[in-house]
Amino acid sequence: MPDQFLFAVEVMINGLMAGVLYALVALGFVLIFKASGIFNYAQGVLALFAALTLVGLQKGQIPFAHLINAAFGTKVHYFGWTMPTFLAIALTIGVMILLAIAIERFILKHLVNQEPIILFMATIGLAYFLEGLGDVMWGADVKTLDVGLPQGASEWIEDRSAVLGGDGFYGFFIDKLDIVAALVAAVLVISLTLFSQYSKQGRALRAVADDHQAALSVGISLRFIWVLVWSIAGIVALVAGIMWGAKSGVQFSLSLIALKALPVLMLGGFTSIPGAIVGGLIIGVGEKLFEFTIGSMIGGATENWFAYVLALVFLVFRPQGLFGEKIIERV
Amino acid sequence: MRDTVEPYVTEDGRTIGGVVMELKNITLRFGGVVAIKDISFDIREGEIRAIIGPNGAGKSSMLNVISGFYTPTEGEVWFEGKPRPKMRPYQVAQQGIARTFQNIALFAGMSTLDNIMTGRITRMKSGLFSQALWMGKAEREETEHRAAVEKIIDFLEIQHIRKTPVGRLPYGLQKRVELGRALAAEPRLLLLDEPMAGMNVEEKEDMSRFILDVNDEFGTTIVLIEHDMGVVMDLSDRVVVMDYGKKIGDGPPAEVRNNKEVIDAYLGVSHD
Repeated sequence: MPDQFLFAVEVMINGLMAGVLYALVALGFVLIFKASGIFNYAQGVLALFAALTLVGLQKGQIPFAHLINAAFGTKVHYFGWTMPTFLAIALTIGVMILLAIAIERFILKHLVNQEPIILFMATIGLAYFLEGLGDVMWGADVKTLDVGLPQGASEWIEDRSAVLGGDGFYGFFIDKLDIVAALVAAVLVISLTLFSQYSKQGRALRAVADDHQAALSVGISLRFIWVLVWSIAGIVALVAGIMWGAKSGVQFSLSLIALKALPVLMLGGFTSIPGAIVGGLIIGVGEKLFEFTIGSMIGGATENWFAYVLALVFLVFRPQGLFGEKIIERV
Repeated sequence: MRDTVEPYVTEDGRTIGGVVMELKNITLRFGGVVAIKDISFDIREGEIRAIIGPNGAGKSSMLNVISGFYTPTEGEVWFEGKPRPKMRPYQVAQQGIARTFQNIALFAGMSTLDNIMTGRITRMKSGLFSQALWMGKAEREETEHRAAVEKIIDFLEIQHIRKTPVGRLPYGLQKRVELGRALAAEPRLLLLDEPMAGMNVEEKEDMSRFILDVNDEFGTTIVLIEHDMGVVMDLSDRVVVMDYGKKIGDGPPAEVRNNKEVIDAYLGVSHD
């Protein structure tokens, strides 16, 4: 096989892996959009906040340390312990659930029956609030996140695939972390699908998404469902935060990934869980391949805008996305 | 009080029992608009109770008060011998009061089977975690609910559309699925808001038959709102007549039909 072709394949595989990460963020959007018709601008920040909390707990950071030091003239920063990863993750999940309860209690409850655009504005407010809260609680410095996931190139794949090419080809370079991310995403999607298809709460969730009145009439509490769905979105955000954080450190630019999730959703459709995954993969592969083949001819750095242009094309020809349903009416 | 009223036997030989629900001096205002003015009536075990009246009489508002979608401005709702505290609609549903809507409210994206299955949510016991952990128990429960739902599907003769997303079904069938979903809760009280609105004669006949069969076979107490006088007279045991938010008649169909106020409300007063 010609090396050029093999390189293209490698680029594609890496694109797939990057796409998985986009898809993980997009998944959180879809969950909330499906259940409440809200486009949750804060999903990216949720991922950031979850990752910050996880790192903070793990390293025994004292929350609001800067504030405490400024107020009392102390110099405390750490509790002085290192928390086991499992415990830290469990506690972070707890924090995300508390956050979901607070969001329902202080925001959603007061905005029942409001226009989607108002709810959307509220989530923008929430995004900036959470970003500020994350900063004040845990500090704005870039943190490394280590939850013991395997990292670095997989030699196994490299060795096995090296034989495909000639002397100049050393095999596919694939990060082990990306493989883990893909597996986690697969498990997440399968369990979410099973949950929504076969459990009582999942059924209630789909019911709420479809018709509020009818849901009430069969005995479903809207408030409980909203807390549930924001909790799940928070946990999905945690997973996305862990993957991104492990790959490129926990930093505030993480919240900007949310913007990459937008074209993913336009491709996949706002209401489809498989759509989020497929959309993420298409964007991931598309931008990597585009950069590889055409990027160099037009000065590079196409990855910054390719996804948005692709989304625009989709908006013209298939506004509901690949798997979506009648979003036109919603907007 | 009226709980002591003797059970009585209807013309067609069914026994109507004690009071299930009593509405006491219900008034409902929206700002300056009075939708319901000081209305009282009771609903007895096993009967078909109709609420009739011209457009805008406050019939749907009454049903919304019973199902908890509206909270009455004044007055009390007594259910099973106790005054009902202020409740949210889902809590009322959990008490065993199921309803259908005037403008069908189904889960359009789900199949007929799934729609009716959601009707059993109040009857499902396994929580989130038991469903995740003890798959066996949850699975057994699912099978039981599935069996109950299949029975309803057979009963309503909608086997052929079990897997069809209800958004694609014709109007008459959607109404039937909605009835099925309400039945799935095995309700103490079934509220039907214009179950036959917009149907053709044949569909109306089918629906009437189902309502009578539900009442007959399961002994379900039914409150229904209907415009079609003929249907009401055939179906119901007792009728409440409303006009401009007030109660102007209450009794068996034959009696209500000859009530002067009722005739005036429906046909208008003659000025000769």
